[in-house]
Formats: sequence, C-alpha cells, structure tokens
Amino acid sequence: MTTMGQLIKGLYKENPVFRLALGLCPTLAVSTSVENALGMGAAATFVLLGSNITISLLRKLIPAKVRIPCFIVVIASFVTIVELVMGAYLPELSKSLGIFIPLIVVNCIILGRAEAFSSKNGLALSILDGIGMGIGFTFALVLIAAIREVLGDGKLFGYMVFGPGFQPALIMIMAPGAFITMGLLMGYFNLLDEKLKRKAEGKR
Amino acid sequence: MDLGQLFAIIIGAIFVSNFVLMRFLGLCPFVGVSKDSDSALGMGMAVIFVMTMASLVTWFIYTYVLVPLDIVYLRTIAFILVIATLVQFVEMVMEKTSPTLHRSLGIYLPLITTNCAVLGVAVINVDDFMVTGLPRAASFIYTVVNGLSAGIGFTLALILMAAIRERLDLVDIPKPMRGIPITFIVAGLMAMAFMGFAGLKIG
Repeated sequence: MTTMGQLIKGLYKENPVFRLALGLCPTLAVSTSVENALGMGAAATFVLLGSNITISLLRKLIPAKVRIPCFIVVIASFVTIVELVMGAYLPELSKSLGIFIPLIVVNCIILGRAEAFSSKNGLALSILDGIGMGIGFTFALVLIAAIREVLGDGKLFGYMVFGPGFQPALIMIMAPGAFITMGLLMGYFNLLDEKLKRKAEGKR
Repeated sequence: MDLGQLFAIIIGAIFVSNFVLMRFLGLCPFVGVSKDSDSALGMGMAVIFVMTMASLVTWFIYTYVLVPLDIVYLRTIAFILVIATLVQFVEMVMEKTSPTLHRSLGIYLPLITTNCAVLGVAVINVDDFMVTGLPRAASFIYTVVNGLSAGIGFTLALILMAAIRERLDLVDIPKPMRGIPITFIVAGLMAMAFMGFAGLKIG
C-alpha cells in the first residue's frame, strides 16, 4: 500500500468505527458535540501514534507470550500523559469527556492496531498506520457528532445553523439519538459498500 | 452510610444510568454476544462477577496503595493491570475448582479484560465514592454495591437485547441494515424506554 493509501485507509476502506465496529463506546458517548468529538479524536490519535511508535520499536524485545500486558502498559502510559496534559491545559474539555479519557486504554482500536499492525511492521509504516487510523476514528466521531449536534441542538461548533424558529430534537443529543444515528450510518455504509462492489463488478 | 442512599445506588446503576444504554459502556460485548440468550446469560454472569471483584480490589488498591504513596495519577495504569490480572486469576481458579462453571463462562472471561465497563466502573467508583471524603466503611460498601448493580444492569440490557435479536432473525429486514445496524436501532429504542426511569427520585 502506498503512503497515501496508509493515510486514508481509515477514512473508508478500513474505517475502525463503521467498517470494523471497534471503539464503539467512546464514539457514541462523546459525540454530543463536534468540539468533544474533535477532542476525543485528537486524544485517541495521540495515544494511537505513541503506542504504535513504541510497540513498533520494541516489537523484537517483547516476548510473544506476554505481549498483550506489555501493549496495555504502553497504551496506559500514553493515556495517563493525555489525562494529565488535558486536565492541565484544557480543563473544560477534560471535564466534558469525563471518564472516557481513562477509558481510551480499553479502546479496542488501539490494542487492535498494536496486535495486528505495529507489532509486525517497521517504524515508518506504523507511524502512517497510527495517523491513518486516528484520522478514520476522528472522521467517524465528527460525522456522528455533526449529525447529532445539528439535529439535537441546532448548532455546529456552537454556532446556530438554523433560524430562531428551529425546534431542536432533543432526543438526538441524548442516549437514544446516539444509538439510532450510529445504526443508520452503519446501514448507509453497508449500502454504499454494496453499490461500490456492484459498480466494480460491472466494470469488469 | 444509610440504606436509602444504598437503594438509590442500586436503582441508579441498574436502571437510571444503565451502563450500556445510558452510559455507553461495554458496547462491544453488547453487540457481539447478544445473538442468543444462553450466551448472553453466560456473559452477563461473568461480567457481574468480574465487576464486583474489580470494584472490591480497585478499592483496596486505591485506598491502601495509591493514596498513601501519593501516586493517584497512576490509577489508570494500576487499575487496568489489576483488572487484567484479576480476570486471568479468576479464570485459573475457576478452571481448578469448578470445571462446569469454567466450561460455560470460560470463553467469555478473556473478552472481559478489554470490556470498558469493568474499567469504567472502577473509575466511576473513584470519582463518586472515593474522592468525595466519605467514611471508609461507607465508601467500601457503596463501591462494592455499585459494582454489583452495574453488572446486573449490564446483564439485564444484554439479555433483553438477546431476546429481541432472536425474534429479529425471523423478520424481513432490509439487507444493509441486518446485523449490527439494526441492533443499534433496537438499542436506541431500548434507551428511549430506559429514559423513563430518569424521572425516579430516590433517597
């Protein structure tokens, strides 16, 4: 795969949320506003990049039998860094993301990439993979958050989108809205996939 | 410590802020293991057990190790290691002492290590009961009860979902929506129903 391919594979082809159904909990929980989504995406991308780099460098030193605990310690260390930095410089964001910052540790995307990619590939590829997957995760978060914020709050990035007569559907920024948006988006991505496949077959 | 408060914690963790439907914790097993009610029950039991144990153990680690040594900022690393070890340990003990139980729950145990609901309950316990200056006995009991109730709430949602999905198998669903997407839509409707509990005022 080319460099560009590594970077954009997370957007659609291997999108961690819509295609692989990984990292669902933070995706649904923090997608109440685009701002939160971007914060979460940035935090997860940082951890993903850090853990991919570290694990790729250490991949020949880590014994296969205890690799999972080793990966978890590496990931947890980066999460702690994020927790402390965010608490110090972005206290408001840190408050609104709440327990989902420490829970980046158990985000299956990060452990999944460590196990499936960076423990088997060199440094350069692992960095690209980390950035690519981070972009894909952030893209999914922002997409869901944008839909929920616009419909549920009438805003985007905190700015009003519609006129004052708009009645926001409050349900969209509450729990049920998250599940339903997610379900519909996943269904849409499946449909898109099928169409693309049919098109590719038609060409042949 | 009073019983009213305890009751509020139990109802809160099971219904009002149900871990799966309201707090979005443990969605991977919720989607993955809810295909039939037998495995849902097995997974649920394993989660109840591990969550209760994890709450108990992380309380001791927090109160007697992290706070005295003034390394509270390491709690994420400490908790995840403790939970991973605990799950491994439970699996080994279960294999030796009760092979029957191990056969029915064993395959779910490794999945639980990366279940964010378990680490989630440990972190929520710290935020709700340990840094708030409650007396030690009260904070201990609240913590364990919260772990147990959160596990029960998770199991309730999982079993309800499994029962619905067994029926969904017989329904004509548009092809792109089959599987995970329709599960999310159903979860959304369930969450709407669970929102009804939010009006409860207890304690």
